[in-house]
Amino acid sequence: MKVLGFLAVAFTGFLLVVAAEDFPAWGDAASPASTHLSPHFITDAVEETAVPNMVTAVLADYRGFDTMFETAVIFTAGMAVILILRRTRRGRDKHAPEDRTDELVHKDLITRTIVRLLVPFIQLFAIYVVMHGHHSPGGGFQGGVMLGASFILLAITFDLRTALKRIGERKNILLANAGLFIYAGIGALCLVLGLNFLDYSALISILPATDRIMAHSHGMLGIEIGVAIAVMAIMVIIFANLASRGRYDKGL
Amino acid sequence: MDMILAKYNYWIYILLMMIGLYAMISKRNLVKKIIGMNIFQTAIILFYVSIGAKRNATIPILEHGHGHGDDAARTALDVAAYVNPLPHVLMLTAIVVSVATLGVALAIVLRIYRQYGTLEEDEILEQIQ
Repeated sequence: MKVLGFLAVAFTGFLLVVAAEDFPAWGDAASPASTHLSPHFITDAVEETAVPNMVTAVLADYRGFDTMFETAVIFTAGMAVILILRRTRRGRDKHAPEDRTDELVHKDLITRTIVRLLVPFIQLFAIYVVMHGHHSPGGGFQGGVMLGASFILLAITFDLRTALKRIGERKNILLANAGLFIYAGIGALCLVLGLNFLDYSALISILPATDRIMAHSHGMLGIEIGVAIAVMAIMVIIFANLASRGRYDKGL
Repeated sequence: MDMILAKYNYWIYILLMMIGLYAMISKRNLVKKIIGMNIFQTAIILFYVSIGAKRNATIPILEHGHGHGDDAARTALDVAAYVNPLPHVLMLTAIVVSVATLGVALAIVLRIYRQYGTLEEDEILEQIQ
Protein backbone atom coordinates (compact mmCIF):
# COMPACT_ATOMS: atom_id res chain seq x y z
CA MET A 1 0.00 0.00 0.00
CA LYS A 2 2.79 2.40 0.91
CA VAL A 3 4.77 1.65 -2.26
CA LEU A 4 1.64 1.77 -4.41
CA GLY A 5 0.62 5.04 -2.85
CA PHE A 6 4.06 6.52 -3.38
CA LEU A 7 4.05 5.45 -7.03
CA ALA A 8 0.63 6.99 -7.60
CA VAL A 9 1.71 10.21 -5.91
CA ALA A 10 4.99 10.33 -7.85
CA PHE A 11 3.11 9.82 -11.12
CA THR A 12 0.58 12.55 -10.32
CA GLY A 13 3.40 14.85 -9.28
CA PHE A 14 5.21 14.16 -12.53
CA LEU A 15 2.10 15.02 -14.53
CA LEU A 16 1.69 18.26 -12.59
CA VAL A 17 5.34 19.18 -13.12
CA VAL A 18 4.96 18.61 -16.85
CA ALA A 19 1.77 20.68 -16.85
CA ALA A 20 3.45 23.48 -14.89
CA GLU A 21 5.61 24.29 -17.90
CA ASP A 22 2.55 25.74 -19.61
CA PHE A 23 1.63 27.93 -16.66
CA PRO A 24 2.53 31.62 -16.73
CA ALA A 25 5.68 32.69 -14.95
CA TRP A 26 5.61 34.07 -11.43
CA GLY A 27 4.23 37.59 -11.25
CA ASP A 28 3.36 37.79 -14.93
CA ALA A 29 0.87 40.64 -15.36
CA ALA A 30 -0.23 39.26 -18.74
CA SER A 31 -1.18 35.82 -17.44
CA PRO A 32 -4.63 34.53 -18.41
CA ALA A 33 -5.88 34.81 -14.83
CA SER A 34 -5.12 38.52 -14.77
CA THR A 35 -6.36 39.56 -18.20
CA HIS A 36 -10.02 38.72 -18.61
CA LEU A 37 -12.20 39.64 -15.66
CA SER A 38 -9.68 41.03 -13.22
CA PRO A 39 -8.99 44.35 -15.07
CA HIS A 40 -12.69 45.09 -14.92
CA PHE A 41 -12.72 44.57 -11.16
CA ILE A 42 -9.65 46.74 -10.71
CA THR A 43 -10.76 49.64 -12.88
CA ASP A 44 -14.51 49.69 -12.34
CA ALA A 45 -15.17 48.31 -8.87
CA VAL A 46 -14.86 51.64 -7.09
CA GLU A 47 -17.06 53.45 -9.62
CA GLU A 48 -19.71 50.78 -9.50
CA THR A 49 -19.79 50.06 -5.79
CA ALA A 50 -17.97 52.88 -3.96
CA VAL A 51 -15.83 50.31 -2.17
CA PRO A 52 -12.06 50.85 -2.47
CA ASN A 53 -11.27 47.34 -1.25
CA MET A 54 -11.74 45.34 -4.44
CA VAL A 55 -11.65 42.05 -2.57
CA THR A 56 -14.68 43.04 -0.52
CA ALA A 57 -16.42 44.43 -3.59
CA VAL A 58 -15.93 41.21 -5.54
CA LEU A 59 -16.73 39.03 -2.53
CA ALA A 60 -19.95 40.69 -1.48
CA ASP A 61 -21.26 42.20 -4.67
CA TYR A 62 -20.04 40.66 -7.92
CA ARG A 63 -19.84 37.21 -6.36
CA GLY A 64 -22.59 37.64 -3.80
CA PHE A 65 -24.23 34.31 -4.59
CA ASP A 66 -20.96 32.43 -4.14
CA THR A 67 -20.36 34.05 -0.77
CA MET A 68 -23.92 33.37 0.37
CA PHE A 69 -23.56 29.69 -0.33
CA GLU A 70 -20.11 29.59 1.24
CA THR A 71 -21.77 30.94 4.36
CA ALA A 72 -24.42 28.27 3.97
CA VAL A 73 -21.63 25.65 3.77
CA ILE A 74 -20.17 26.91 7.04
CA PHE A 75 -23.63 26.92 8.61
CA THR A 76 -24.24 23.36 7.44
CA ALA A 77 -20.86 22.30 8.81
CA GLY A 78 -21.75 23.68 12.22
CA MET A 79 -25.11 21.92 12.22
CA ALA A 80 -23.40 18.70 11.12
CA VAL A 81 -20.95 18.91 14.02
CA ILE A 82 -23.87 19.32 16.42
CA LEU A 83 -25.70 16.37 14.86
CA ILE A 84 -22.63 14.13 14.98
CA LEU A 85 -21.33 14.95 18.44
CA ARG A 86 -23.89 16.63 20.65
CA ARG A 87 -25.33 14.48 23.38
CA THR A 88 -27.68 15.89 25.93
CA ARG A 89 -28.20 12.76 27.99
CA ARG A 90 -25.41 11.38 30.06
CA GLY A 91 -24.86 8.31 27.91
CA ARG A 92 -22.17 5.71 28.35
CA ASP A 93 -18.98 6.54 26.55
CA LYS A 94 -17.29 3.28 25.70
CA HIS A 95 -13.89 4.73 24.94
CA ALA A 96 -13.98 8.04 26.71
CA PRO A 97 -10.77 9.22 28.30
CA GLU A 98 -11.23 9.42 32.06
CA ASP A 99 -12.71 12.66 33.24
CA ARG A 100 -10.14 15.14 34.30
CA THR A 101 -10.20 16.33 37.86
CA ASP A 102 -10.17 19.91 38.93
CA GLU A 103 -6.50 20.15 39.77
CA LEU A 104 -5.62 19.37 36.16
CA VAL A 105 -7.55 22.37 34.94
CA HIS A 106 -5.17 25.20 35.34
CA LYS A 107 -5.93 28.23 37.27
CA ASP A 108 -3.02 30.36 36.34
CA LEU A 109 -3.48 33.89 37.57
CA ILE A 110 -1.33 35.48 34.88
CA THR A 111 -3.03 33.92 31.85
CA ARG A 112 -6.47 34.50 33.31
CA THR A 113 -5.85 38.15 34.04
CA ILE A 114 -4.24 38.78 30.67
CA VAL A 115 -7.05 37.06 28.82
CA ARG A 116 -9.65 38.94 30.80
CA LEU A 117 -7.97 42.18 29.81
CA LEU A 118 -7.36 41.13 26.22
CA VAL A 119 -10.70 39.67 25.18
CA PRO A 120 -12.61 42.98 24.96
CA PHE A 121 -9.90 44.45 22.77
CA ILE A 122 -9.85 41.41 20.51
CA GLN A 123 -13.59 41.75 20.09
CA LEU A 124 -13.32 45.47 19.47
CA PHE A 125 -10.68 44.86 16.83
CA ALA A 126 -12.83 42.13 15.28
CA ILE A 127 -15.76 44.54 15.00
CA TYR A 128 -13.44 47.12 13.45
CA VAL A 129 -12.28 44.53 10.92
CA VAL A 130 -15.89 43.80 9.98
CA MET A 131 -17.00 47.43 9.80
CA HIS A 132 -13.92 48.74 8.05
CA GLY A 133 -13.68 45.85 5.61
CA HIS A 134 -14.58 48.14 2.75
CA HIS A 135 -11.57 50.40 3.13
CA SER A 136 -8.88 48.17 4.60
CA PRO A 137 -8.10 44.45 4.60
CA GLY A 138 -10.90 42.71 6.39
CA GLY A 139 -14.51 41.72 6.13
CA GLY A 140 -17.13 39.43 7.54
CA PHE A 141 -15.20 36.18 7.43
CA GLN A 142 -12.05 37.56 9.05
CA GLY A 143 -13.87 39.54 11.70
CA GLY A 144 -16.22 36.66 12.44
CA VAL A 145 -13.35 34.24 12.95
CA MET A 146 -11.68 36.77 15.28
CA LEU A 147 -14.85 37.16 17.32
CA GLY A 148 -15.18 33.40 17.55
CA ALA A 149 -11.52 33.11 18.53
CA SER A 150 -12.04 35.52 21.42
CA PHE A 151 -14.66 33.20 22.89
CA ILE A 152 -12.48 30.18 22.21
CA LEU A 153 -9.61 31.91 24.02
CA LEU A 154 -11.93 32.41 26.97
CA ALA A 155 -12.89 28.73 26.87
CA ILE A 156 -9.25 27.63 26.81
CA THR A 157 -8.02 29.83 29.65
CA PHE A 158 -11.02 29.46 31.92
CA ASP A 159 -13.21 26.56 30.98
CA LEU A 160 -15.90 25.91 28.44
CA ARG A 161 -18.70 26.65 30.88
CA THR A 162 -17.39 30.16 31.50
CA ALA A 163 -17.34 30.89 27.80
CA LEU A 164 -20.75 29.36 27.25
CA LYS A 165 -22.17 31.52 30.01
CA ARG A 166 -21.37 34.48 27.76
CA ILE A 167 -22.65 32.89 24.61
CA GLY A 168 -24.81 29.86 25.28
CA GLU A 169 -25.66 26.96 23.03
CA ARG A 170 -29.13 28.11 22.08
CA LYS A 171 -27.92 31.64 21.54
CA ASN A 172 -25.16 30.34 19.28
CA ILE A 173 -27.51 28.36 17.10
CA LEU A 174 -29.86 31.33 16.98
CA LEU A 175 -26.99 33.64 15.96
CA ALA A 176 -25.84 31.27 13.24
CA ASN A 177 -29.35 31.23 11.83
CA ALA A 178 -29.69 34.98 12.21
CA GLY A 179 -26.44 35.62 10.34
CA LEU A 180 -27.47 33.57 7.36
CA PHE A 181 -30.94 35.09 7.53
CA ILE A 182 -29.52 38.63 7.41
CA TYR A 183 -27.57 37.72 4.27
CA ALA A 184 -30.43 36.01 2.49
CA GLY A 185 -32.85 38.60 3.84
CA ILE A 186 -30.97 41.51 2.31
CA GLY A 187 -30.88 39.57 -0.95
CA ALA A 188 -34.61 38.95 -0.77
CA LEU A 189 -35.25 42.57 0.17
CA CYS A 190 -33.65 43.65 -3.10
CA LEU A 191 -35.98 41.22 -4.84
CA VAL A 192 -39.01 42.66 -3.07
CA LEU A 193 -37.94 46.21 -3.93
CA GLY A 194 -38.06 45.33 -7.59
CA LEU A 195 -34.55 44.37 -8.67
CA ASN A 196 -32.62 41.12 -8.83
CA PHE A 197 -31.63 39.05 -5.81
CA LEU A 198 -28.65 40.75 -4.09
CA ASP A 199 -28.75 43.75 -6.43
CA TYR A 200 -28.08 46.35 -3.76
CA SER A 201 -29.12 49.28 -5.98
CA ALA A 202 -32.67 48.48 -4.92
CA LEU A 203 -31.87 49.56 -1.36
CA ILE A 204 -31.96 53.28 -2.21
CA SER A 205 -35.70 53.35 -1.69
CA ILE A 206 -35.33 52.40 1.98
CA LEU A 207 -31.96 53.93 2.84
CA PRO A 208 -32.15 57.69 3.31
CA ALA A 209 -29.58 60.07 1.84
CA THR A 210 -27.86 57.68 -0.50
CA ASP A 211 -27.57 57.01 -4.19
CA ARG A 212 -27.41 53.91 -6.33
CA ILE A 213 -23.65 53.47 -5.95
CA MET A 214 -23.52 54.09 -2.20
CA ALA A 215 -26.40 51.62 -1.74
CA HIS A 216 -24.01 48.90 -2.92
CA SER A 217 -21.58 49.83 -0.19
CA HIS A 218 -24.28 49.80 2.49
CA GLY A 219 -25.73 46.52 1.26
CA MET A 220 -22.28 44.95 1.42
CA LEU A 221 -21.84 46.17 4.98
CA GLY A 222 -25.14 44.51 5.87
CA ILE A 223 -24.23 41.15 4.49
CA GLU A 224 -20.72 41.34 5.96
CA ILE A 225 -22.33 41.74 9.37
CA GLY A 226 -24.50 38.72 8.65
CA VAL A 227 -21.49 36.68 7.59
CA ALA A 228 -19.55 37.75 10.70
CA ILE A 229 -22.36 36.72 13.05
CA ALA A 230 -22.81 33.35 11.36
CA VAL A 231 -19.08 32.58 11.21
CA MET A 232 -18.55 33.57 14.84
CA ALA A 233 -21.40 31.37 16.07
CA ILE A 234 -20.31 28.40 13.98
CA MET A 235 -16.68 28.65 15.14
CA VAL A 236 -17.81 28.62 18.77
CA ILE A 237 -20.20 25.73 18.09
CA ILE A 238 -17.50 23.64 16.42
CA PHE A 239 -14.99 24.32 19.18
CA ALA A 240 -17.42 23.69 22.01
CA ASN A 241 -18.55 20.38 20.55
CA LEU A 242 -15.07 19.15 19.72
CA ALA A 243 -13.52 20.25 23.01
CA SER A 244 -16.17 18.64 25.22
CA ARG A 245 -16.98 15.67 22.98
CA GLY A 246 -20.50 17.02 22.59
CA ARG A 247 -21.19 17.23 26.30
CA TYR A 248 -20.73 20.94 26.93
CA ASP A 249 -19.00 20.23 30.23
CA LYS A 250 -15.70 21.70 31.38
CA GLY A 251 -14.06 21.18 28.02
CA LEU A 252 -10.34 21.09 27.53
CA MET B 1 17.57 26.81 -14.76
CA ASP B 2 15.74 29.98 -15.68
CA MET B 3 12.56 28.05 -15.99
CA ILE B 4 13.00 26.43 -12.58
CA LEU B 5 13.47 29.79 -10.92
CA ALA B 6 10.71 31.52 -12.87
CA LYS B 7 8.09 29.06 -11.75
CA TYR B 8 9.16 28.17 -8.22
CA ASN B 9 5.66 28.88 -6.89
CA TYR B 10 4.38 25.92 -8.89
CA TRP B 11 7.10 23.61 -7.58
CA ILE B 12 6.25 24.50 -4.00
CA TYR B 13 2.56 23.94 -4.53
CA ILE B 14 3.13 20.63 -6.31
CA LEU B 15 5.42 19.46 -3.51
CA LEU B 16 2.94 20.42 -0.79
CA MET B 17 0.03 18.93 -2.70
CA MET B 18 1.83 15.63 -3.20
CA ILE B 19 2.79 15.47 0.48
CA GLY B 20 -0.88 15.92 1.33
CA LEU B 21 -2.01 13.38 -1.25
CA TYR B 22 0.52 10.84 -0.03
CA ALA B 23 -0.63 11.29 3.56
CA MET B 24 -4.24 10.81 2.50
CA ILE B 25 -3.48 7.66 0.50
CA SER B 26 -0.97 5.75 2.59
CA LYS B 27 -1.36 6.79 6.22
CA ARG B 28 -3.54 4.46 8.25
CA ASN B 29 -4.28 6.87 11.06
CA LEU B 30 -7.38 8.95 10.39
CA VAL B 31 -6.02 12.08 12.05
CA LYS B 32 -2.93 11.88 9.85
CA LYS B 33 -5.21 11.61 6.84
CA ILE B 34 -6.99 14.78 7.94
CA ILE B 35 -3.65 16.55 8.37
CA GLY B 36 -2.80 15.42 4.84
CA MET B 37 -6.09 16.84 3.60
CA ASN B 38 -5.30 20.18 5.20
CA ILE B 39 -1.83 20.28 3.65
CA PHE B 40 -3.50 19.59 0.31
CA GLN B 41 -5.89 22.49 0.84
CA THR B 42 -3.02 24.77 1.78
CA ALA B 43 -1.30 23.84 -1.48
CA ILE B 44 -4.40 24.83 -3.44
CA ILE B 45 -4.62 28.15 -1.60
CA LEU B 46 -0.95 28.84 -2.32
CA PHE B 47 -1.51 27.98 -5.98
CA TYR B 48 -4.44 30.33 -6.39
CA VAL B 49 -2.86 33.25 -4.56
CA SER B 50 0.39 32.86 -6.48
CA ILE B 51 -1.52 32.94 -9.78
CA GLY B 52 -2.97 36.33 -8.85
CA ALA B 53 0.42 37.87 -8.11
CA LYS B 54 1.90 40.56 -10.32
CA ARG B 55 5.37 42.01 -10.19
CA ASN B 56 5.60 45.51 -8.71
CA ALA B 57 1.92 45.50 -7.85
CA THR B 58 0.31 46.28 -4.54
CA ILE B 59 -2.67 44.87 -2.64
CA PRO B 60 -6.03 45.26 -4.38
CA ILE B 61 -7.19 48.19 -2.27
CA LEU B 62 -7.34 51.62 -3.85
CA GLU B 63 -5.18 54.24 -2.24
CA HIS B 64 -7.10 57.33 -1.18
CA GLY B 65 -10.25 55.67 -2.42
CA HIS B 66 -13.09 57.18 -0.43
CA GLY B 67 -15.80 56.31 -2.83
CA HIS B 68 -17.03 58.18 -5.83
CA GLY B 69 -17.87 61.78 -6.51
CA ASP B 70 -15.05 63.52 -4.74
CA ASP B 71 -12.46 62.30 -7.18
CA ALA B 72 -13.83 62.93 -10.61
CA ALA B 73 -10.37 63.90 -11.75
CA ARG B 74 -8.93 60.49 -10.98
CA THR B 75 -7.02 59.21 -13.95
CA ALA B 76 -7.67 55.80 -15.36
CA LEU B 77 -6.54 53.16 -12.90
CA ASP B 78 -3.42 51.31 -13.78
CA VAL B 79 -4.39 47.67 -13.95
CA ALA B 80 -0.80 46.52 -13.56
CA ALA B 81 -0.44 48.36 -10.25
CA TYR B 82 -2.85 46.13 -8.34
CA VAL B 83 -2.75 42.37 -7.96
CA ASN B 84 -5.63 40.30 -9.24
CA PRO B 85 -8.36 40.39 -6.54
CA LEU B 86 -10.28 37.36 -7.77
CA PRO B 87 -8.02 34.57 -6.40
CA HIS B 88 -7.93 36.36 -3.06
CA VAL B 89 -11.72 36.40 -2.90
CA LEU B 90 -11.96 32.73 -3.77
CA MET B 91 -9.32 31.72 -1.22
CA LEU B 92 -10.69 33.95 1.52
CA THR B 93 -13.90 31.96 1.59
CA ALA B 94 -12.04 28.70 0.96
CA ILE B 95 -9.94 29.18 4.11
CA VAL B 96 -12.96 29.63 6.35
CA VAL B 97 -14.79 26.76 4.65
CA SER B 98 -11.72 24.56 5.11
CA VAL B 99 -11.80 25.32 8.84
CA ALA B 100 -15.46 24.37 8.95
CA THR B 101 -14.92 21.13 7.03
CA LEU B 102 -11.95 20.36 9.28
CA GLY B 103 -14.35 20.70 12.20
CA VAL B 104 -16.75 18.23 10.61
CA ALA B 105 -13.92 15.79 9.84
CA LEU B 106 -12.66 15.94 13.42
CA ALA B 107 -16.20 15.45 14.71
CA ILE B 108 -16.57 12.32 12.61
CA VAL B 109 -13.19 11.08 13.84
CA LEU B 110 -14.23 11.69 17.45
CA ARG B 111 -17.40 9.74 16.85
CA ILE B 112 -15.44 6.88 15.27
CA TYR B 113 -13.13 6.81 18.27
CA ARG B 114 -16.12 6.74 20.59
CA GLN B 115 -17.46 3.73 18.71
CA TYR B 116 -14.35 1.66 18.02
CA GLY B 117 -11.75 2.90 20.47
CA THR B 118 -9.12 3.33 17.78
CA LEU B 119 -8.24 5.62 14.91
CA GLU B 120 -6.22 3.10 12.90
CA GLU B 121 -8.02 2.29 9.71
CA ASP B 122 -7.11 -1.41 9.59
CA GLU B 123 -8.19 -1.99 13.19
CA ILE B 124 -11.53 -0.32 12.51
CA LEU B 125 -12.03 -2.47 9.42
CA GLU B 126 -11.23 -5.58 11.48
CA GLN B 127 -13.88 -4.64 14.02
CA ILE B 128 -16.46 -3.95 11.34
CA GLN B 129 -16.04 -7.41 9.78
